[in-house]
Amino acid sequence: MNDWVEACAAADIDEEDVMRFDHAGRTYAIYRSPDDEYFATDGLCSHEKVHLADGLVMDDIIECPKHNGRFNYKTGDARGAPVCVNLKTYPVKVDAGKVLIQLG
Amino acid sequence: MVIIGAGECGGRAALTLRDLGFEGPVALVGDEPHLPYERPPLSKEAMTSEAPLIKAIASDELLAERSIRHIHSVRAVAIDRIAHSVRLSDGSWLAYDKLLLATGSVPRKLPMPGLGGRCVYLRTFNDALAIRAHLSAGNRVAIIGGGFIGLELAASARKLGATVTVLEAQPRILMRGVPGEIAQIIHRAHEAEGVKVLTGQGITAIADDGAEVRITLADGQEIVADLAVIGIGAVPVTALAAEAGLAVDNGIAVDATLRTEDPDIFAAGDCCSFPLAIYGGRRVRLEAWRNAQQQGALAANNMLGANEAHAAVPWFWSDQYGLTLQIAGLSDEGRSTVRRDLDDGAFILFHLAGDGRLVAASGIGPGNAVARDIRLAEMLIAKRAAPAPEALGSQAVKLKSLLAA
Repeated sequence: MNDWVEACAAADIDEEDVMRFDHAGRTYAIYRSPDDEYFATDGLCSHEKVHLADGLVMDDIIECPKHNGRFNYKTGDARGAPVCVNLKTYPVKVDAGKVLIQLG
Repeated sequence: MVIIGAGECGGRAALTLRDLGFEGPVALVGDEPHLPYERPPLSKEAMTSEAPLIKAIASDELLAERSIRHIHSVRAVAIDRIAHSVRLSDGSWLAYDKLLLATGSVPRKLPMPGLGGRCVYLRTFNDALAIRAHLSAGNRVAIIGGGFIGLELAASARKLGATVTVLEAQPRILMRGVPGEIAQIIHRAHEAEGVKVLTGQGITAIADDGAEVRITLADGQEIVADLAVIGIGAVPVTALAAEAGLAVDNGIAVDATLRTEDPDIFAAGDCCSFPLAIYGGRRVRLEAWRNAQQQGALAANNMLGANEAHAAVPWFWSDQYGLTLQIAGLSDEGRSTVRRDLDDGAFILFHLAGDGRLVAASGIGPGNAVARDIRLAEMLIAKRAAPAPEALGSQAVKLKSLLAA
C-alpha cells in the first residue's frame, strides 16, 4: 500500500490554493503553497466532517470553511479552537507535471 | 478566576486561561447539568441524527487535566463586588479576583395567554430532547417565528417527516440581518420541501389543551399542531449584572476589551453589548457561536491583563436542507449592494457604505460554496477596504487579489 497515486495535474491547482481529491472511498485535500510546493492531508476537518478543499489557504494554513478551524497543511498541526485533533498528512511529489500522493 | 455561564463562551474562556499559562484556580459555573457544549447542532443534528449526542467543548477528563472546576446545575444569584465574591443558588460563595459573566441569552417569551406544555422554546440540550420526541412522521409542528432557530428546526422536522407550518408576523422571513434576496431563496427552499410558510400575519390567539395547540391568525385562519415551537428571538441574561449595579444597554455594557465599569468584571458572548470599532464604535450585541468563542478567548486574555480590543468582524452561518448561508459584517451598514454569482447557483451580495467601503457580505449556496469568498470578504471588511464594485461583481477577479491591493 505504498503506491504513488496520481491526483491531478500540477497546473490544476493555483498557487496558495487547495483541491479535493477522492480515491478508493476516501477524500483528501491537495495543496499548492505560495512558494510552489505541493502537500496533501486528509480531506475532512477533524472537528465536524467538512471538506477542507472548500476552505481558504493563507500561507501554510488551511482554514475550515465551516467553523474556521485552522491547520498547518504542511505538518497537519491543529492551530486553535475549535479544532484540537491534527490532520493526517501524506507524502507528495510532482513528476512530469503530475501531482502524485503516497497513500498507505 | 470565576466564570459564570458554562456555554461556548464560558467554556472557551476557561480553556483559554489555561492555554495562556494561568496556574491559579479556575471555576466554571453553569446552570445546566451537562458539560460545556456547542449549541449550533441543537436545531440540526441533535434533531435528525439517530442518537442525540451532546457535542461537548471539553470532556470531564480534559477539565480535570486542566484543573478547571466545573460547578454544574447551579446558578449564580448575586455578586458582592466589594467582597469580590459570587453567591450561588446552593448557598455557597465563590471568591474571585477577576469575574467573567458569560450568562448567554434565553428565548424571548411570547407574551400571550393560552400557552401550555405543547408550546416550547429551544435553547438547551434538554429542550432539544423534548422537541425531538415530537418530530416524528405525521406529527404537525407549528413554528412561531421565521428566524434562524425556527427555520433550521423546520428543515429538521421536514427531514423527519413532520408536517410543518412556519408563522412569521413580519412581511418576510429573516427580516433582521438577512437581505431580502437571500431570504427569498430560503423561503422557496422551505416551500419546495413542503413547509407551509405564512408571513405578514400576527397571531391573535393560542389555545393549548394539552393534546394539541390551536393558533388563530389575524385573518381568522386556524393552525392546529401537535407541537408549537416559539423562536422569536433571544434576550440577554443580565439580571445578575444589573442587580450588582453594572450598566445594562441591550446586554451587559462592556468596553472594547469586554470589561464592565468594574475593572474586575468582564462580560462576553450573547449577554453583552460592546462597541465595534469598524463601524465607528456602534454598540452591538451578537448572538452567534463564533462571537461567543472569540469573546470567551479574548475575555480570558484580558482577565490576565492583555487589554486587547475586540476587533473581529461579526460572522455567522445557517444550514437549512442543502443550503448554507453565511454573513460577515453588519449588512444594515450598507447603502448599495453588488452581486457576485458563483458556481451552482450560489451568490454573494457585497454591501457597500456610502463612501464605497465594504461593510458586509451575505452569501448563500449549496454546501460550502460561499465559504471561501465570505471569509475573504471578512478580511476585506476588517481592512476597511473599498474595492471597486466591478471587481467584486466579477467572478473572474479573485477576491484574494483584492486583499493584497
